[in-house]
Amino acid sequence: MEELFQTARDIHGLYPHVHIWGWPIATYLFLGGLAAGILLFATLYYLKGKENDMPFTVKIAPIFTFIIIVIGLLLLVYDLHHKLYVWQLFTTFRIESPMSWGAWTLVAVSILSLLWPLSYVDDIEKYLYERGWKKLDFITKFIRNLEHNWLIPRFIILTFRKYRTFFAWILLFLSIILGIYTGILLSAFNAHPLWNNPILGPLFLTSGVSTGSAFVMWLSNNKKERKLMSTIDMALIAMELFFIIHMIMGMQAGPEAFKQAAHLFLGGEFTVIFWVIFVGFGLVLPFILEAFELKGFHVPPALPALLVLIGGFIFRVIMVYAGQMSEYPF
Amino acid sequence: MAIEVNKCVGCGDCVVACQTENNVPMGYSRDWIIELARGEYPNLFMHFESRRCNHCEDTPCVRTCPTGASHVIEGGIVKVTHDECIGCGACIEACPYEARYFHPDGYVDKCTFCDHRVADGLDPACVSVCPTTCMHFGDLDDPDSEISQLIKSRENYTLIPEAGTAPQIYYLK
Amino acid sequence: MNKLNRRDFIKISGTATAGIAMAPPLTGIWETIFPKEKKPLLENEAIKTPTVCEVCFWNCAGWVYKDNEGKIKKVIGNDIDPHSNGRLCPRGTGGLGMYYDEDRLKKPLIRVKGKNGKSEFKEATWDEAFDVIVKNMKAIEKKYGKESMALLFHGKTGPHFEHLFKAWGSQTMGEPAGAQCLITREAGFIATYGAGLASPEPTDVRNTDCLVLIGNHIGENMHNGHVQEVSALIDKGGTIITVDPRFSTMAAHSTKWLPIKPSTDLALLLAWMNVIINEGLYDKDYVAQYTYGFDQLKEHVQKYTPEWAESITTIPAGDIYETARMIGGASPRVIIHPGRHTAWYGDDTQRTRAIAILNAILGSWGREGGFYFPEKVKLPKEAHPPFPKPKWSWKNISREKHKMAIMGITNEIIDHALPEYKGPYKVKGMFIAATNPLQSIPSQDKIKRALDNQDFIVVVDTMPAEITGYADVVLPEATYLERLDHLRTAHHRQPNVALRYPAVKPKWDSKPGWWIAREIGIRLGLKDFYEWEDFEEVLDWQLKQVGSSIEELKKVGVKYFPRKTPMYLKPGEEYWFNTNTGKIELYSTDFAEWGYDPMPVYKDHGDTPPGYLRLIYGRLPMHTFGRTLNNPYLFELQHDPLLWVHPKVARIYGLENGQEVWLKNPKGKVSSFPIKVRITERIRHDSVFMPHGFGNKGRIFVDGKKMEMHRAYGRGILDSEMIYNIEKDPETGGTGMRNNFVTILTENPHNKKDKES
Repeated sequence: MEELFQTARDIHGLYPHVHIWGWPIATYLFLGGLAAGILLFATLYYLKGKENDMPFTVKIAPIFTFIIIVIGLLLLVYDLHHKLYVWQLFTTFRIESPMSWGAWTLVAVSILSLLWPLSYVDDIEKYLYERGWKKLDFITKFIRNLEHNWLIPRFIILTFRKYRTFFAWILLFLSIILGIYTGILLSAFNAHPLWNNPILGPLFLTSGVSTGSAFVMWLSNNKKERKLMSTIDMALIAMELFFIIHMIMGMQAGPEAFKQAAHLFLGGEFTVIFWVIFVGFGLVLPFILEAFELKGFHVPPALPALLVLIGGFIFRVIMVYAGQMSEYPF
Repeated sequence: MAIEVNKCVGCGDCVVACQTENNVPMGYSRDWIIELARGEYPNLFMHFESRRCNHCEDTPCVRTCPTGASHVIEGGIVKVTHDECIGCGACIEACPYEARYFHPDGYVDKCTFCDHRVADGLDPACVSVCPTTCMHFGDLDDPDSEISQLIKSRENYTLIPEAGTAPQIYYLK
Repeated sequence: MNKLNRRDFIKISGTATAGIAMAPPLTGIWETIFPKEKKPLLENEAIKTPTVCEVCFWNCAGWVYKDNEGKIKKVIGNDIDPHSNGRLCPRGTGGLGMYYDEDRLKKPLIRVKGKNGKSEFKEATWDEAFDVIVKNMKAIEKKYGKESMALLFHGKTGPHFEHLFKAWGSQTMGEPAGAQCLITREAGFIATYGAGLASPEPTDVRNTDCLVLIGNHIGENMHNGHVQEVSALIDKGGTIITVDPRFSTMAAHSTKWLPIKPSTDLALLLAWMNVIINEGLYDKDYVAQYTYGFDQLKEHVQKYTPEWAESITTIPAGDIYETARMIGGASPRVIIHPGRHTAWYGDDTQRTRAIAILNAILGSWGREGGFYFPEKVKLPKEAHPPFPKPKWSWKNISREKHKMAIMGITNEIIDHALPEYKGPYKVKGMFIAATNPLQSIPSQDKIKRALDNQDFIVVVDTMPAEITGYADVVLPEATYLERLDHLRTAHHRQPNVALRYPAVKPKWDSKPGWWIAREIGIRLGLKDFYEWEDFEEVLDWQLKQVGSSIEELKKVGVKYFPRKTPMYLKPGEEYWFNTNTGKIELYSTDFAEWGYDPMPVYKDHGDTPPGYLRLIYGRLPMHTFGRTLNNPYLFELQHDPLLWVHPKVARIYGLENGQEVWLKNPKGKVSSFPIKVRITERIRHDSVFMPHGFGNKGRIFVDGKKMEMHRAYGRGILDSEMIYNIEKDPETGGTGMRNNFVTILTENPHNKKDKES
């Protein structure tokens, strides 16, 4: 029989295992991935010249990303323990710290994702009227006022419109970083075997892009757009499933600590919530619904979209909590 | 640092000395004791380990710090600059030894090998107070130093070597 | 564009003034948002004061470090101190917690109403408190005689009040360190060698080849100097044999652990003697020259064979032979360490005699690697008139029944304080200084009745321990960091003196013990015994008599003096031992004369009754019982005491790690509080282990406000509560407390009781 006792160490957040990151971080991971996905599609289709075929994706969706990123940033700052020093993040750029890339990328993306829709004000207004949200048109009227009457905003918006392609490339690149960096951040923590595998980055990116496509599927009012996104989402879900199986098989084949980490999903506390709620309702069910849609059965597009979004959020929550529980016994 | 576990009695002197030396707030500690027992009565084994930050050579915590608050100073001691720390907790997640904690003032704190004492040529507080003299501190880069010789002469182990952090605290059996 | 008119000016200047007025609270807010960081104190910035630690009896000398604001930052050991060698134990290092503890007694208290531990007090001035004390002491003098006022004391506070009482005319005094702890050991060694061991024990551990620990859990009892020497012994590769029913810390670091059945230690010792004598492993020259009674001893131990011992102790005979040969082979550099708390089963003087005898035939007494001859500095006492001779004293009380009682027996004093005692040596008043009899002396109910029967009780303490609830007057003493006490002149390899000097002024309205004793003495008309104003004068005078001074000691903390006698016996040297025969008495002539066993005889102490578990108590390295339970630093090291329970027992009772259980003894007594369970293989299946001294219950009310040791209150179980079987050692009156049994309750018995009533 082995007995292990620890004294003088029941500090909040460390005992019985590290648990300093909770729902704020999980929510941010979801929001970051979602924003990355939306922007990825926006810039990608713009660069392919499809801005009029996919009007919601390219012109309207990015304004939501601005709000999403701001909420995400607020959550991150809320989670800091030394909030007044948050500006220190921006006095340096550390290439070996994924969190540093994240901090700078978030700021850059938030600015760009604000400017992008600002330059499509007319299309946004048209979308609002089509959706019946006439009351919100004070926003678009205010932006138009800014653009026409104030010098600096006018200069910025016009410059942006002129060099939109250039900014689209940058934004594309940044959105990929935004989608993948949190996965890389977690996978670098060799203290937590559940996170410590190289698949986590691509998995997070794929999941984020999938939630992005689900978002467009849900809110776009263009039937062709929705159908395209639905098909893309099916492919993304298939990739996610592949990554997940690969990840768990890899852990099972690894050293003892990794096996114990995998056990969290194979009989441990997170088994049901992972396989039934996330994989079942968040991946497989939407996949099936989207397949039906393809075959011609009418499925309300909001349903698979919301399932994917909620699934993506649950996935981040599971990873944050289960990851902190997985550790090397010592 | 080298710690002889065949002598440690788990008294906790190292914990209290560190608290009084470094003004660690009440309810927190930079080092701690674990007791490990194995076997069935009367065939038993037991020893104590005094644990703290291992001041690793391959520090995951310093790598992940977004502001550079976590850094390594000359001699290999890992430290945190309190005014640069934003309290994000990435370094706490990165450490496999759970050596770091949030100080109530907001920044991340941990064992500093009492670098203010080391600069004066003294040992860290825990090493200098231990009544069984089971703790030793010195220059591991120098193969002729007392501590290097001591480690070479005894069966020893480090904590979680498979995590790949190259910890610099050796436990001598 | 707007002109500044008068109204605006007033508005602006008003805001500015308001702004300036806000500045101090704003800086306060600034400090809260950006707290100033406390930097560690550097060696060259510190103000150092010498001190002698009072957290336990080892009294290590050390230095108190203060920063330039005069705040105590840390306490470390004095490098030249032989007790600590520059390293304090965790309690010493955490000693400043005693000073900073917010639960300390702050002002003198006088009882206004209530009794039986629920006393309610009001704060008073020192003058008021002294008036009440003097009035009542004189009343007891008038009604019963001065002798009926008893003094119970402990630590370095004790001597101040011993002097007061002796000057006044009462020598009815005792300390728990006697009957509850050491007295049986001292008696065993004095009967053998004519000399006791005292503290610190003169065991030459750092030079020995073989150390045998029988009933001594070094490492869990943090006897600083000895732990250091045992550590050095481990470095050297010396042999350590631990005899303990529990897999103690030292058992884990020993060469050999003998898991002995509790209460059978004497059998093992006699069997060892048998093997060592029969196989000729004893030191023949030493025995021939220095001992008396070897032939009687040899004949006496013949029947105590290892095979016989195996059936009693459950230690295989092969192990007994093997360890006996290891011990004998190391002779004379071998120590059979007697430990300290030796009051176990009522035949304890005989058991420690067996240890002394074993050491003697191995030739380790007075030899290098065995027991050295310690020496102490003899400081002259300050001159005073001769003490008045009281009509009767502790000797009458204690030596009525126990011839070897070398100090006052506390439980006998308690017995003489009970209402049913009708003899001539009645105790009707108590002065309790720096001890908590309710925790340290067994039979709590008896003690409570004795306390209730007193006309007057004074308690001098630093913390609101349980005993304060029974006092009529409570006096707050300053902690050791704030006061002067007698110089430490404990014996050691080399005579030395250590100074305790106050590092800071006493906090709140607390005062040093010497001042309290002096003030009471003067008010009792004993000015002749207190011709000095400040105790520092006394110490300075004493030091000057031996060629030093307070000034010198303040700089060095510890001063050594040359030995006047040799530390070890020279081979073949003539030596007279302070016994009847002038030799080491393997056969005790005194005991034979007084009707006690002249050589230890094994007595069976019975088995664990079915359905019960033996209660084994011991120490923790980070606590000194009542003195430290509330210390914030030491409390952090281990919040809750744990009850060690074997997995088999855990299965029977359905226990989990960390579960709270209560204990019940065969007399039906149920513990007041629960204790958390630790399931471990390190304890026998028929016993449980828990540290002594927890389960603190002290709570008093001062001017309506609650006062208690809030960290310690209600944590764990007080073993004294569960102890019902006290076996008195016939020679000394020492209280054997290890034949006590308990059963485990998993449901809160106090809820049930309330429901039933």
